[in-house]
Amino acid sequence: MPIQYEGIINEHQWTRNNCAVFDICHMGEFLIQADALSSNLDKILTQNLVGMPLKTCRYGFMLNDNAGIIDDVIIYRIEQNKWMLVVNAATQAADFEHLRKNLARNNVKLENVSNSLAKLDLQGPLSRDVLVAIAGEGILKLDYYAFDYFSVLGENIIISRTGYTGELGFELYVNNDKVIELWNLLLENKKVKPAGLGARDTLRLEVGYPLYGQDINQKTTPLEAGLTSFVDMKKDFIGKTAIEKKQKQGLEKKLCCFQTESRRAPRHDYEIFANNQKIGIVTSGSYSPSLGCGIGMGYLETQITAIGTEIILLLENIKINAKVVKRPFYQKGSLRA
Amino acid sequence: MNVPEGLFYTKEHEWVKIDGNLAKMGISDHAQHELGDITFVELPALHVQCKQFKQIAIIESVKAASDVYAPLSGKISAVNKQVVANPELVNQSPYDQGWLLVIELTEESQLANLMDAETYKNYLKENL
Repeated sequence: MPIQYEGIINEHQWTRNNCAVFDICHMGEFLIQADALSSNLDKILTQNLVGMPLKTCRYGFMLNDNAGIIDDVIIYRIEQNKWMLVVNAATQAADFEHLRKNLARNNVKLENVSNSLAKLDLQGPLSRDVLVAIAGEGILKLDYYAFDYFSVLGENIIISRTGYTGELGFELYVNNDKVIELWNLLLENKKVKPAGLGARDTLRLEVGYPLYGQDINQKTTPLEAGLTSFVDMKKDFIGKTAIEKKQKQGLEKKLCCFQTESRRAPRHDYEIFANNQKIGIVTSGSYSPSLGCGIGMGYLETQITAIGTEIILLLENIKINAKVVKRPFYQKGSLRA
Repeated sequence: MNVPEGLFYTKEHEWVKIDGNLAKMGISDHAQHELGDITFVELPALHVQCKQFKQIAIIESVKAASDVYAPLSGKISAVNKQVVANPELVNQSPYDQGWLLVIELTEESQLANLMDAETYKNYLKENL
């Protein structure tokens, strides 16, 4: 997947106003046949699998014993005892190993299908109309975070109403040998343009979605990242004890959003200062095409995270004034339209 | 990539147009293309001294923040306020409306350290 096709800002705006297709084939998919409880799968993931209706998805985490995030994943419940896990590209091997180690041996089948399954994301307020013409009216019935099988190009493919842009959107899972045909079919509609990794990053950042490896990793927990709504504390899971301990102790740092006073953008690894003291580093940052200013995220010392707090972002000869703001930066997305 | 004749170029992809003892400069078509959508330009104050190949301005694109280096030593005698207000001019018109600043030269012999259009074209080919 290229960084850009015709330019990041154009692709970004086109996704917010029309519809764009993203080549997301680099991401990994695992198929798991297992009973959620007896296989331990429910313990490996932070979402409650038992209560998940069929053909719905959940965003959640695999944690280590210290509650550090091994990966953020999307869980698909295909059948009562059949699941698909969509994982990040760079963490694929570690994720697979973690699952293999912690899943029960009996009556469990774990398969990495990443090399045969391709993924395209269709995102933007017009994505539903575009997809109805290709996959049929069944698309209209898909609720947010639900999926189904649809007949496309003579194959039965999974389409879920999910995405990473804050807009109404869908993710399409298709066999490798059909993906180019599907890509071209989507682009036949003049409302659809291709968008690259650059726009994917600015779109997700504007809605405050974390990027694994930058904003969250094995050393951060869902608590500091402000992602506890994807962790079910009523069930047992790997990392739960560590989370409870941290909750009692209190947090030293928290993932915060900030906005600059100019068009200057925070960037990954810029240092963050308040009252002449270093209080954190930028984990993600960019120019925001929708807001016309710089936006970023980073972990700040907990006592300096109030909305409106003035901070300074620094790298060598670059010095940018910014303010802590609410997440998300951009609130006008068509996500739940 | 557009590499106009009659200009001089640096290895860091700045261009210079010499007019008497004044040197107007900007970044090359190749540079603006590599940076992608330019969102911010920081230029020096007037009358500041600059040194050949030392940082003199900053350009930010959606992708990254990049230093711009002075192609020649001298004193800043003009800056383009248009590109500060409309940074996309650097993308749209790198050699014309997207110029960055003018340097009043102090050491004209430094021109020998720059490339002409032909040499810069070859330099781009070799480094692609």
